[in-house]
Amino acid sequence: MSKIDGLPMIGDPNAEGALADASAGADIAVGPELVANSLGEYLRVAVSRVKGGDSGILPVVGGLILISALFQSLNSHFLTSGNLVNLLIQGAVFMLLAMGQVYALLLGEIDLSIGFVSGIGGIVTAELVKQSTGWPWWAAIIVALLVCATIGAVQGTIITRVGLPSFVVTLAGLLGFQGVMLLILGNGGSVPINDKVINDLASGNLTPAATWAVLLGVVAAFGVRTWRREEGRRASGLVAPPRSLTVVKVAGALGAAVVVALICNADRGTLVPIRGLPWVVLIVLAVLTAWTLLLGRTKFGRYVYAIGGNAEAARRAGVRLARIRTMAFTLSSFTAGIAGIVYASRLRSVSTALDGGTLVLYAVAAAVIGGASLFGGRGKAIHAVLGGLVIAAIDNGMGLQGYSAAAKYVVTALVLLAAVTIDAVARRGRTSR
Amino acid sequence: MGPAAGGGEALLSLRGISKHFGPVQALADVTFDIPAGRVTALIGDNGAGKSVLIKCIAGIHAPDAGEFLWEGQPAHIRNPVDASTLGIETVHQDLALCNNLDIVQNMFLGRERVRHLALDEEDMEKAAAKTLAGLAVTTVRSIRQPVASLSGGQRQSVAIAKAVLWNSKLVIMDEPTAALGVAQTAMVLSLVRRLADRGLAVMLVSHNMNDVFEVADRVAVLRLGRLVTVKPAAELDRQIVVDLMTTGASTRDVNPPSQPGVQP
Repeated sequence: MSKIDGLPMIGDPNAEGALADASAGADIAVGPELVANSLGEYLRVAVSRVKGGDSGILPVVGGLILISALFQSLNSHFLTSGNLVNLLIQGAVFMLLAMGQVYALLLGEIDLSIGFVSGIGGIVTAELVKQSTGWPWWAAIIVALLVCATIGAVQGTIITRVGLPSFVVTLAGLLGFQGVMLLILGNGGSVPINDKVINDLASGNLTPAATWAVLLGVVAAFGVRTWRREEGRRASGLVAPPRSLTVVKVAGALGAAVVVALICNADRGTLVPIRGLPWVVLIVLAVLTAWTLLLGRTKFGRYVYAIGGNAEAARRAGVRLARIRTMAFTLSSFTAGIAGIVYASRLRSVSTALDGGTLVLYAVAAAVIGGASLFGGRGKAIHAVLGGLVIAAIDNGMGLQGYSAAAKYVVTALVLLAAVTIDAVARRGRTSR
Repeated sequence: MGPAAGGGEALLSLRGISKHFGPVQALADVTFDIPAGRVTALIGDNGAGKSVLIKCIAGIHAPDAGEFLWEGQPAHIRNPVDASTLGIETVHQDLALCNNLDIVQNMFLGRERVRHLALDEEDMEKAAAKTLAGLAVTTVRSIRQPVASLSGGQRQSVAIAKAVLWNSKLVIMDEPTAALGVAQTAMVLSLVRRLADRGLAVMLVSHNMNDVFEVADRVAVLRLGRLVTVKPAAELDRQIVVDLMTTGASTRDVNPPSQPGVQP
């Protein structure tokens, strides 16, 4: 078999040396894990990719570190255990909403309704668990999530079957469900939640021992899975990252888990000791895992990316566009329902103060800041989580400094603009190839 | 000279294929054979009916009259699924690739292999690597790189490999070199040649005479919806084909007396 242009044959056992030579030129469009054979080389390619504007989660992680350092230097209370756990709880709603929004963004669409759909999810839960209705907490949650999923399915059906722009349909959803909320709550009204389990979703904590067990269990599962998959790929001669990178990945996850466990297990109470991982972090982790697997490992997920990349190609390949799109909008609203229940749990009530308009825009901002593309085809659930953390950190840090809501909005806007600019520049870099 | 001139057994035979759109007769009584292991070029001026003909073969249009014989047996091609069930794959001019997906993901789009509800990435990657290696598509750095990072010729190669992956027997290519530079055109044409050498029937739709005479074994010329001729490429040259495309006839001789190269 001949070699063309000095580049290696696929499956050629002698290709490794040639690959290393080739990647010395550092092609920014190719993932570093594809061309690197050692960790040092991986880092070099990754850095060149960041310079080229197509860089995965590195910018948002860097931004997060920068923001944390900035706020810590302004106020030494920022990096305390109590504040960081609080930040996680505040950010959970943004992260969950943004994970829903990612489904719409991946298709190149937008879902403006999820802010108030999450409000509907909170109201349904609150109404069903209140004294006069008296449903068990789990039944209330199931019904609330079903209601939200149905809303998404209806909106998705209108968008795909009638062929209306998602912007308009979900804008109608934003207005309509705000009206429905006002109708149920009455002007300025609210529904309190007295169910202990529902309230504990945001305010309850695991015991310190359970915190260690859960976090280490998650890392062990992630580590074993990653190791076995990548080791298996290396053994079969398939494209795989260098082993040292796998080690770094697993070690990084372990380090993060230990840090989170130490932070959460430090006493952060003022009157009585409060320790342990908040339940809401587990909810975010569970949704993150589920949506990462759904998007990355199933046909449905593959088709969502394909539609976002080239809908016509997906159609010709036999993908049922309307069905996949409708499912994506359904999942978007479903995830918003989870966010709404967490939101209601944190406030122990649902009231007309819930601002679904701001929430949904924060969700879009979080997803884009995290690295999802507004133009479709690029984005992951982890981007939503990291972007949600950034927004929560800005909100929290500026709150500590005593800045007004006005200043928070302006700073969040600037961060969003920066993120969208990076996305657009990266996109231009890619398409001009 | 029979219908299978210059070729072996006919894989697909077109018999009296006609198609009209309203008053416009797009195809009239087109009859010729597409043999396995040969590159058959379909050539004609704009509006000659090339696109309509390949769409009929691909199942996108249903002919008004005429029939297809597949390996000698009457076959019905009423929709694209019928065509791909028989083993007919079409590489469209716009390639229909998703830029954000990698090579393996594109090759298996719509026909992913699944194990325990999850995508069987290893299996797909192995099959894709095998197909690409079999076609000697070697210039891609990694089959896990996104299609956005490929050159035009590499994309064309991926689109062709995608068509070949499905044990297809007839690959129809619509202007595969239209957007390519010189080196990439050569790369794609050699790939076309290898497909035929592997025993596939290839139908190449092209405007480009250089491409046609570089790679085609047989040339079918369409003019105003009618088949003017189908001949081995050795019995034609550029000037004759241009005459046939534009006027429907040629008085020229392929062997000018000064160049006694080709034996009758």
